[in-house]
Amino acid sequence: MTDTTDAVSARRLDGNAAGGPLAALFAVDVTAARSRCAACGTTAALGEHLLYADAPAMVLRCPSCTEVVLRVGTREGYVLLDLRGATLLTVPVPVVADDGA
Amino acid sequence: MSVLSRGFGRGRSRPADDRLPPGQYDAGDAFPVLSAGPTPHTPLARWDLAVDDGTGTRARWTWEEFRALPHEALTVDLHCVTKWSKFGTRWEGVAVDRLLQDVPDPAPYVLATSDGGYTTNLPLADLTGGRAWVVDTYAGEPLAPEHGGPARLLVPHLYLWKSAKWLRRLTLRASDEPGFWETFGYHLYGDPWREQRYSGD
Ligand SMILES: [Zn+2]
Repeated sequence: MTDTTDAVSARRLDGNAAGGPLAALFAVDVTAARSRCAACGTTAALGEHLLYADAPAMVLRCPSCTEVVLRVGTREGYVLLDLRGATLLTVPVPVVADDGA
Repeated sequence: MSVLSRGFGRGRSRPADDRLPPGQYDAGDAFPVLSAGPTPHTPLARWDLAVDDGTGTRARWTWEEFRALPHEALTVDLHCVTKWSKFGTRWEGVAVDRLLQDVPDPAPYVLATSDGGYTTNLPLADLTGGRAWVVDTYAGEPLAPEHGGPARLLVPHLYLWKSAKWLRRLTLRASDEPGFWETFGYHLYGDPWREQRYSGD
């Protein structure tokens, strides 16, 4: 059982706010990527996940079951990414203009 | 006052610095709330605290039973790995020594497990000898959920992520299994005075 009105919930962000740190790793906008939760199997766009940023690293949780999907943090010139809670990440490939046409 | 003692006394011109580990700042009256997930609100009627010796539950207390255990009052400084420190915080709780007293030959490591799935690992030696408590009272009031209530671990000589909020279980283990932040590269031990923030520090 979790509270939806407390101070922690009030400071919770949506997953789009994780786009900055993740942009250092992915060549495309990953907030539009869809991720399947390892705990409950729900698939949702990363931008629709629940982001807890008042922590030693950003913690992105499943919008359905609130289990941890992804952790991302920066440290001494490195980006750390933990994808333990994502069984499948589906990232749209950017459309590239065909110069030969 | 003897002349001899004057040169050995603790300097009083910058008392705060003596209490501040390297890389930390004094948060003053603030008590920042760090959260890696939603705040659990387990009803006290369903709350319990368990000690597991690695083969099964060896001790268990309901909320009423836990409240009836002998409590100690303590005033300690807190040091968070996100670099704030807070001096002179007042707590009341049960010494971990008391919670483990009926476990024969306890294994050398402990994994603390909380409501919401949080875990952290500690050597048993850091939870015993009057250096760790399970606290349910802060500044004379019931511990608020955002600070880990109804009850949290308090191990003030280590970084605060070791003081698991919403504690429900202490599991004795033969090996040091990394917990939630430790598996993300945070230090297995976390001594603020040696600035052990990350693995390798
Ligand atoms: Zn889920």
